[in-house]
Amino acid sequence: MTRIVIDKLTKFYGDKMVLDGVDLSVAPHEVVCLIGASGSGKSTLLRCINGLTEFDEGAVRLDGVDIFDPAFGRTGLYKRVGIVFQAYNLFPHMTVLQNVTLAPIKVHGRDRREAETAALKLLDMFGLGQFAQAYPEQLSGGQQQRVAIVRSLATEPEVLLLDEVTAALDPELIGEVLKIIRDLKTSGMTMVIVTHEMGFARDVADRVCFLDGGRIVEQGEPHRLFADPQQPRTQKFLERIIAAGRLEAAR
Amino acid sequence: MTRRPGKGRRQIALKDRLLPVLISLASVILVFGVVGYFVTSAPQWPRIQLQFFSLEAIIESFPAVAKGFLVSMQIWVISLVCIGIWALVLAIFRAMGGPWFAPLRVFAILYVDLFRGLPALLLVLLFGFGIPALNLPGLPTSGMFWGGVALILSYSAYATEVYRSGIEAVHEGQNMAAKALGLSQWQTLRYAILPQALRNVVPAMLNLVVALQKDVALLSVIGVRDAVREAQIYTARTFNYSSLVAAAILFLLATIPLARLTDHLQRRDRERRLQGVL
Repeated sequence: MTRIVIDKLTKFYGDKMVLDGVDLSVAPHEVVCLIGASGSGKSTLLRCINGLTEFDEGAVRLDGVDIFDPAFGRTGLYKRVGIVFQAYNLFPHMTVLQNVTLAPIKVHGRDRREAETAALKLLDMFGLGQFAQAYPEQLSGGQQQRVAIVRSLATEPEVLLLDEVTAALDPELIGEVLKIIRDLKTSGMTMVIVTHEMGFARDVADRVCFLDGGRIVEQGEPHRLFADPQQPRTQKFLERIIAAGRLEAAR
Repeated sequence: MTRRPGKGRRQIALKDRLLPVLISLASVILVFGVVGYFVTSAPQWPRIQLQFFSLEAIIESFPAVAKGFLVSMQIWVISLVCIGIWALVLAIFRAMGGPWFAPLRVFAILYVDLFRGLPALLLVLLFGFGIPALNLPGLPTSGMFWGGVALILSYSAYATEVYRSGIEAVHEGQNMAAKALGLSQWQTLRYAILPQALRNVVPAMLNLVVALQKDVALLSVIGVRDAVREAQIYTARTFNYSSLVAAAILFLLATIPLARLTDHLQRRDRERRLQGVL
């Protein structure tokens, strides 16, 4: 049983091939981390999963249905697959509560009071209840990113895509965001995570995929992949990461 | 209130702040005083004063000029509202992507090219004289109406571009976030992009507001009895130009506060942006 199937996905930016026939499937409740150098195609791959980025060849299927199938309607795919961005992308002119309830009310037609009650419950759950009436710029980066995660959860998605969600944060704020992701894993959320936090990937992922040049070069169980990479390119990448102090050598 | 040592510091700071102000004030008074002295002591000054700054003529012409100025202000306010709305509609046409909206986009682009490329005066003459001359039944024949239409057509081209720059200045991530939440293109504009864009464009838009306030005077050439027209009527009768100075004073009284407000908002905007960077 698979939730997401990515089938020979190919994408060009102009003449440059950024995804080169990527195959990947994600099981329900599985957490898959995509790692790799900048420009390896991991963020592009992530954004293809919910159709934010168009691709040239191949297909993405959610529970066996092509993501461009009319059965999803205009908004169905976005309801079932949430995404959180590196730069949070909260709406700065709206309060936290308005940010979180925008999609449930305007896109999915839920009653305002009902949506607000649900949003407040969700914000409380993530320790953000007291910020409901605050504007994003009044919050720290870590708090903003947690709000962004809550916003994407407000439509009760089955899959969550996380695109380098800690890359813009000060080091001391990363922990609070990573904790939420761990909690989400415990609650059974299916997640595809692009990250530079190798230690986190090793701890939280069920499977780690290393991308290079638009292909998945190597994938496997995280402790195995970080401790004993098989491919020369994976070895080289991890050596650089360890040399940079971003991952304690596990070997 | 709680910082006790601050009091002494504040006194010194006050003196330090006051001194440059005093120096500036003194030098300004000195320079302008000298200029003023030489101008007024020139042999031609009494003639200039009589022709342009005759208090008597200013007072005599003032009621008519002030009445005309009210007409100018009415045209200005009504045009502003129409320009604000029409230009926003055009900017939204322009911002809608996708093949179905191509005709609207093309229309907006052609509109801006056309009306930004034509002198406002030409449009005022064309509409103000041309359309009433057609004697078409059902259409208003007032020069004020058609002159106003010409101003609206011309200025909304500029205002569209101001709106557009505001829309494009909103970060691309906002678009992406809205799309990922499932908002339609129109909902994205309406809820995510436009509220931010409108805030961005306030200073630039105020510049247009000031410019339009003065360009209302263009309607005097098609016989609208605005401040300039009334002043000209007085001048034609008495050969004294002080009535135009009276009109000039009224325009300055209206535009200078607006210009200051614009400067203030622009400065605040810049500070806010800088804060955003830090």
